[in-house]
Amino acid sequence: MMTFLNFLISGISLGSIYAIIALGYTMVYGIAKMLNFAHGDVIMVGAYICFYAISRFELPPVVGVVLAIAVCTVLGIVIERLAYKPLRSAPSLAVLITAIGVSYFLQNAALLLWSPNPKVFPSVVGDGKVELFDGKLTVSHVTIVTITACVIIMIVLTLFTETTKIGKAMRACSEDKGAAQLMGINVNATISITFAIGSGLAAIAGALLCSAYPTLIPTTGSMPGIKAFTAAVFGGIGSIPGALLGGLLLGVIEIFAKAYISTQLSDAVVFAVLIIVLLVKPAGLLGKQIREKV
Amino acid sequence: MKKKLLSLLLAAAMLFAMTACSSTSNSSTPSNAGTSTGSSAADNTAADGPVVFKIGGTGPLTGGAAIYGNAAKNGAQIAVDEINAMGGIQFDLRYEDDVNDAEKAINAYNTLKDWGIQISLGSVTSKPCEATSAETYVDRIFALTPSASSTAVLEGKDNQYQICFVDPNQGSASAQYISDKKLATKIAVIWKNDDVYSKGVYESFMAKAKELNLDVVSDTTFADGNDTDFSVQLTDAQSKGADLIFLPMYYQPASLILAQANAMGYSPKYFGIDGMDGILTMEGFDASLAEGVMLLTPFNADSTESKTAAFVKKYQELFGEIPNQFAADAYDCIYAYKQALENAGATSDMSNEELCDLMIKEFSSMSFDGLTGESMTWDESGAVTKSPKGMVIKDGAYVGLD
Amino acid sequence: MKNIKWSKTTRKNFLTYGLVILAYVVMQILGGAGLVSSSLKGMLVPICAYVVMAVSLNLTVGVMGELSLGHAGFMSVGAFCGTSTAIILQDSISSAPLRLAISLVVAAIFAAIAGFLIGIPVLRLRGDYLAIVTLAFGEIIKSVFNNLYLGVDSRGLHISLLSDRTNLGEGGKLIIGGPMGIGGIQKISTFTAGFVLIIITLVVVFNLVNSRAGRAIMAIRDNRIAAESVGVNVTKYKMMAFVISASLAGAAGALFAMNYSTFVANKFDFNTSILVLVFVVLGGQGNMLGSIIAAAALTILPEALREYADYRMLVYAIILILVMLATNNPKLKSWMDRLKSSHKKVKEVA
Repeated sequence: MMTFLNFLISGISLGSIYAIIALGYTMVYGIAKMLNFAHGDVIMVGAYICFYAISRFELPPVVGVVLAIAVCTVLGIVIERLAYKPLRSAPSLAVLITAIGVSYFLQNAALLLWSPNPKVFPSVVGDGKVELFDGKLTVSHVTIVTITACVIIMIVLTLFTETTKIGKAMRACSEDKGAAQLMGINVNATISITFAIGSGLAAIAGALLCSAYPTLIPTTGSMPGIKAFTAAVFGGIGSIPGALLGGLLLGVIEIFAKAYISTQLSDAVVFAVLIIVLLVKPAGLLGKQIREKV
Repeated sequence: MKKKLLSLLLAAAMLFAMTACSSTSNSSTPSNAGTSTGSSAADNTAADGPVVFKIGGTGPLTGGAAIYGNAAKNGAQIAVDEINAMGGIQFDLRYEDDVNDAEKAINAYNTLKDWGIQISLGSVTSKPCEATSAETYVDRIFALTPSASSTAVLEGKDNQYQICFVDPNQGSASAQYISDKKLATKIAVIWKNDDVYSKGVYESFMAKAKELNLDVVSDTTFADGNDTDFSVQLTDAQSKGADLIFLPMYYQPASLILAQANAMGYSPKYFGIDGMDGILTMEGFDASLAEGVMLLTPFNADSTESKTAAFVKKYQELFGEIPNQFAADAYDCIYAYKQALENAGATSDMSNEELCDLMIKEFSSMSFDGLTGESMTWDESGAVTKSPKGMVIKDGAYVGLD
Repeated sequence: MKNIKWSKTTRKNFLTYGLVILAYVVMQILGGAGLVSSSLKGMLVPICAYVVMAVSLNLTVGVMGELSLGHAGFMSVGAFCGTSTAIILQDSISSAPLRLAISLVVAAIFAAIAGFLIGIPVLRLRGDYLAIVTLAFGEIIKSVFNNLYLGVDSRGLHISLLSDRTNLGEGGKLIIGGPMGIGGIQKISTFTAGFVLIIITLVVVFNLVNSRAGRAIMAIRDNRIAAESVGVNVTKYKMMAFVISASLAGAAGALFAMNYSTFVANKFDFNTSILVLVFVVLGGQGNMLGSIIAAAALTILPEALREYADYRMLVYAIILILVMLATNNPKLKSWMDRLKSSHKKVKEVA
């Protein structure tokens, strides 16, 4: 029983990492309707900034994270401006390919700037842990912080999109760009802001990802990026609570598949579950089922 | 219309690419690998004497495995610069990127062929080297790989040699060592399920363990994409009472395993192989986590032995990092070549075939002292014989085991 | 009116055939004269394989209008099945081209079966959800082949999953070694075989697109509900396109694999799927000639950039982004349109 609970906690801590990355994915997808495959690499950049701030310049972790958020936000705006904005009227696949180009670019730039040698990331939340049941069950601080961060981000994002003016503009853009423009919404600016927010979230995700699993290389972001994308689809892409749910479930399923089925086939099991879920609920767990008009 | 424009653009790009391709093949510019370090290789090639050998290799210089390729390239470059400064035999070194992929490795090798490669350093990683070794075998170009350790690299090819241990040797040597020293009663193994190197060592370890009646209680894996969380593997090992974990893998995932086991409050003994080397030099790594980790490695960057110390110092000056085993292996390759070429009295106006035959003769008979081993010898198959050094990490440094 | 339209596509198709044949002949002549660098020569077969991959994916993405992110999975199925077949037949069939042909057919059949099985769930979904499910299948296929062991001995074939339990008898041979993939392959793929495969692929795809079935597929792409309402069997036609696309990818995989002495399941991962998708999008959806040129150009490009050494992949990424921006730039497009219209006027005057 304790083993089961321990696995559950491992699953939740892994899932919370997926969730926090998925939030950024889903946010951008929901509004700009594009799969931003460079998201994982923005995470990596955030983690490197954080690493250098804390390890090399010995700044306090909080300052490091804030710095990473600032740099990533700017980076997100620059990428959006240079690579995505000129393609606003192009087919969505063209933007997808450009995003892949950006992803290659970031990875290779990181390789040249920061060398391929792995770096060990200093945890931004310390490596303490909470022990329950006489130490039979342990929950690390990173997990607690990550889940708390996820929930806070989820609530803030939901409130932001529901109540603020910019948030409403975002939702309008996601519904119908043309109509939004007619209503006097600056669609371009709104999408740019979305990218800025998404990239800022990526920095937080990077810091937490590397605090939980502390090795940092230029390709650190790519696999978690794909997993998080899967998580976002799992929960219903575009849905903010869906990203949290999808991420957590994916993490738990992955750990259980390893523990109770096979460590060798765990990835296959995770993806098989995803397929089954999508067959039953074709728009993900919390996705909006769009009815087709005839 | 858009399509036409596209086709036009692409056709232009292709034309550009093709001309670029042929232009690189014809050019006799010195290696671009050399320029990155501002080495003196370029100066020496200017005076194109009969002693300048074109030596090349492929390795992952970009992508996830870039650390290994770059280390090998840098290590080889240091050796080449030293040798070129001595006078006598001169090398022109060129490393091409293969992104740790067999297809790209063939492309890289073909580029080297166009450049006029005479002797090869094979490829840095196992799978690409398996692919390029088939080519160098057919083309009769002698290859000495610094670090591609799988047996398939050598199998059935008379002109392929390794400077590193072959995978099965590492696995069985580790099992033998654990059994001889009675290090453990119950053993757990965690290995990487989509990696040739890890799998190769794992298999020979398991075979030897069975032979020696070692009790392997837990056998779990990971792969690319789920190489961050090891809680399941560690819980399995812990719950089955393993007191030693064998880690046939590179140091990066190993560092995560050490950290996570520590967080779980599980402290078995650890036993690693040569891929574990480098764990102490990871920037920001808490060396106390690796306290007591044992590994079989041919190279020790902390060694006070003068040759090694000089190499480490030079590497740090040039590249700002502490060299790992790959760098040392590649460094040894170049010096082994120097020795063999000098012994054979080879000149660079010889054909590939002549050089290949000479090298086969030299390498199968000579003995070489390098950073990664004293008096190394090679058998006919191309596998090296050198004694692995058992090391244990104490207070953040390697200490010889015995 | 309809006649003119017909002749236009036919012209385009013949142009495509013509250019492919021309490219083949030119390469053969240059090769015969010894003017082709080893580097380019080594890329000919992979280029052929990637061209077939791109054209077959274009059938799914361009003609059927569904985004697939797991096309490399079919390539993987083809590579493993085809290569295994070739190894098994090594002793019984001595003629390499015949052995290659049989292997490619077997690869195509297995990939088609995989395509059919995967198509059943996949084609029920739409848009990005379909895309993610194809990605998932690609990963599952990779995972399975990473754990598959196949051996052959006098008693026949032995298959096991997870660990090597094939227990081969005397003289037996392990063909697929799990994470080790397949090694010791005889390299029987040739440029000519690749060329023939491209031509077959083009014949299949063009005939499909210009047939009743092809028109039905495109009608579904343009408006599924309208197509359904006039009695087009959506599932049947979509499945048809998907299976054909998969089987061609399988053949390409076998061709690709037998050009190297060794390959592993990880080669056919998500990144390879994406690479092929880049070919298709860059070449233009539904535009087969574009796919062919894009596949060839983008395979050669990273090699041509080797002189940039460390900056190679960085430059590649920048070129990729710039080409995408340039080809979708409205100003450039209108400029080309003007160029075309003035060109037409000149023609009219003449």
